[in-house]
Formats: sequence, C-alpha cells, structure tokens
Amino acid sequence: MTTNRRGSVAIVGAAESDLGAVAAGLSPTDLMAQAVLRALRDAGLSPHDVDGLFACASQPRMTTMAICEYLRIDPRHHDVTYMGGSSFMTQLAHAQAAIEAGLCEVAVIAYASTQRSSGRNLVSPREPNPYETPYRPVLPASAYALAASRHMHQYGTTREQLAAVAVAAREWALLNPAAWEKQPLTIEEVLAARMVSYPLTVRDACLVTDGGGAIVVTSASRARSLRREPVYLLGSGEHLSHVSISSMPDLTVTGAARSGGIAYRKAGLSPSEIDVVEVYDAFTICTILFLEDLGFCPKGEGGRFVVERGIGPKGGLPVNTNGGGLSYCHPGQYGLLLLIEATRQLRGECGERQVAGAETAIAHGNGGVLSSQSTVILGTAATL
Amino acid sequence: MSGWAERATISPLETFREHLRRGELAFPYSLEAQRAFFFPRLACPYTGSERIEWRVSRGLGTVYATTWIRPREGDAYNVALVDVDEGFRLMTRIEGVAPESVAIGTRVRVRIHEAPGEEAPYPVFVPLDSAK
Repeated sequence: MTTNRRGSVAIVGAAESDLGAVAAGLSPTDLMAQAVLRALRDAGLSPHDVDGLFACASQPRMTTMAICEYLRIDPRHHDVTYMGGSSFMTQLAHAQAAIEAGLCEVAVIAYASTQRSSGRNLVSPREPNPYETPYRPVLPASAYALAASRHMHQYGTTREQLAAVAVAAREWALLNPAAWEKQPLTIEEVLAARMVSYPLTVRDACLVTDGGGAIVVTSASRARSLRREPVYLLGSGEHLSHVSISSMPDLTVTGAARSGGIAYRKAGLSPSEIDVVEVYDAFTICTILFLEDLGFCPKGEGGRFVVERGIGPKGGLPVNTNGGGLSYCHPGQYGLLLLIEATRQLRGECGERQVAGAETAIAHGNGGVLSSQSTVILGTAATL
Repeated sequence: MSGWAERATISPLETFREHLRRGELAFPYSLEAQRAFFFPRLACPYTGSERIEWRVSRGLGTVYATTWIRPREGDAYNVALVDVDEGFRLMTRIEGVAPESVAIGTRVRVRIHEAPGEEAPYPVFVPLDSAK
C-alpha cells in the first residue's frame, strides 16, 4: 500500500484558541477544547464526527486523554507524537497515513499552552544534561546563539541581517489583528534590546505567550463535501538529528535540508514554485537557516537574502505572514499555528496580509534546539 | 568484551568524572569505528559496538561556536563549543579572557574546574596563548 499519497487528505477546518494573555485561570485544555470546537465549526463538523485525535503538549502531557475527557469524545485513533514545536507537521503526516489506512476519517490536531500566564519554567522545565548544565547555557536561547555565532563566522552574517528578520516579522504582525505586537520595530531597536545570549537580543527571540490552535483533517473525497475550500497535503518530510546542541553535527546546516527535500519530492514541487513560506522563527537565526535549508537561497546567503530580496509585506518572498513567533504569538510549540496560517493563506482569507493568488505554501516546524525538523507542503485544488 | 547481558558496573558519566578528579579530560574511543565520540555512552553511536576504550585527551582544541550571557545578577560568562583535537566536540566555558571577546577558531587548552562542595568537577578551557 502506498501511503502519504500526494493530495490524499486535506485540511478542512482551522482555528486559533484565545491568544496572547488569556483570561486568568484558563487551562491549556480549556484552550485546546476551544480551538477544537472552533476548528470543527469552521469545517461544519461536530465533536462526534471526530474519530482521530492528534495532540501533544507539555501541559497536560497526556494530551489526547485530556481533550477526550473535556469534550467527552471517544476517537478510534490517538497519536501523541512528541518532538517539540515540529510535532504537528509530523502529526499531519501521521493523520494522512491513518486516514489512508482506514484507522480514522476525521482527524483533529490540537495544541495549547498557558506558558505566559503559568510561567515558562513551570510549563516546560528543562531536562538537565550533565555535559551542558554546569556551563549555565540559557536554553533554548544559547543553543540558537551558538548556531548564529557559527553562521556569522562562516558566512559573514551580521547582527543587522538577523535584526532584519525581526523587523520583517513585525511588519507582517502589524497587518494581523490577532498579533501580540502592535508597534513598529526598527533594526536599531533590535540591536539595542536586552542581550539574552550574544548575538541574540530579546527582539531576536520569539514571544512568550499563551495560545493554541487546532486543525481538522479528512480524506480528499470527504473534504470536497464540506463547506470550506480544502487545503490539500501535497508532501511531508521529517528529520531528527540530536537533542542537545553540543551533539548537533554542523550548527549551520539543519535537518530542514533533509525534511524539505523529502517534502518537495513528494509534492513534485521546487522552492521557486512555493507562494507562501511559513517557517518556525524561534529566533531570527532560524528564519535564515530554514530559508537556506529549504532551498530559497544558497547556504550562507540567508542573511543577505532577507535584506536584499526581502521577506516582509513589501519583500520578494512572503515569509511568516502572520507575524511569526517573533511578533504574532508563541505559546511554546508554535508549529500548529504555522499550519493554520498556511491554510488561511491558501483559502485567501488573510485580509491585509493576504498573499495575492497563493496556491502553494510550505509550513516548516522546528523542535528542541534545531533538533527535530518537519516540513509540509500544502496546496489548493488547482495544484492537484 | 562485555555483552548487553552483563550489567554496567560504572556509568559513562562517572567514568568521565573519575578522570576529571585525576586532572584528566578523558573520552570514549570506539575500537570498531576507530574514532572518538562524545557525550560518553554505553555503546558507540556509529556502530552500536560496546568495544569502547577510554582515552585521555592531550587537552587541546579549537573554539567552534561561542556565546555569552550577562545575567541580571552576577558577572557575564561565556558558553562555547570546542572541537577537541582527538575528534570530539563538547560544551564548555572559555576562561582567562573576557567572555565577550572569545573568537571562533581560537586554540584552547583544557583546565579542570574544581567545583565547590558536592558539585562534580568539569572541564573548562583557556586560550593557548594566554598567561597561565
């Protein structure tokens, strides 16, 4: 049996939970349930239609069980695949395989956290590593800072180029009513902000917010009977390389080179055929690394690319059109929100930030400290 | 040669620390893969072989990546990745030079940090050309 067939499943519902700083006392499960119900309403379905449930979170860790208890649903198939912020791209691929295999027909993928309200250290405590912890790296920031230092050394990437990623994200965020950040940002402000772990300042780093989301996935044939324009899964790929940054083979090349290559091959598309790019910007260096590794520019050119080609609303390549983890929302494992934004762009419902005529989108998730990479390519009916 | 049926009598971490207590930076070397690896493990990550020999490094290496942190309280400090000459990489701290001025490519030499109290010793590095 061939699995993960191009276009065999589609996203038919997508929704965020409340975002930012949510009402006091709301739990992550409140937010997940809220997002699931909104996504099902978006799809024109009800909780009782759900027979496949995919979720993972650091609170609650028994995530699908918490959602089932809350919504009193009893899906035939569960999946709590956990690889950090990229989990949901892989869960989408798993949902596709499960639907193809007949294990379920209507799958929901959900995530939420209250890391802003509850405190980040409580929500995702660090696992000590006896070979790293004595040196007191500020994780995850220091891991990404080490990668940035190596990229700067090897390719001449500058702090100003890193800052340009944050500025572009902010420009997109100002077009997104749901974004956390509401004020413009300059390169100078990024450079002058509090240093977290050199060369990354607090403005090179993603937000710490509450929030979550959900998507509904079903077979292509069922999708065509539902109320929303289906967004088809054209290809997916993943790669895991390490847990700790000291075990990453080359800090300038991420597993996105592998995961993206697999996804492009399955989708039958090349980077030049992608209209919208949504990549996990935990830190500004991530956007640069992923643009390189996903083939939008040659290795080492990412810093120059974000300045010269431009990735903001007026740039040559639309990247992180919701404002990204840097300026829109970052509730921990942010990957699911990338899938929601890619879906909305392909449905053409993004208002001021809509990329005109978008038919294809790439959504790339990152987990840990550049540890797990998972890429999906989505397309409209026109791409089938 | 031990097999998986045999219980481990000392952890890789404890072996590493015993060497540090003797003033040595030691590392596991895979006889099967003919190469060093780090972090220390029960088996070689390249072959799965348990034929591992602990070797003592000459303690010389090169800074591969570097960052520094200035905490809200206390002094700034460095965090670096060093490629040790025998062919393995570890996280460490470069001392004997301002944390902000550690440069990638700098040649460094190990120094065992004797931690106070119950804390285990750990390796830090100093620039090779700096005053001892």
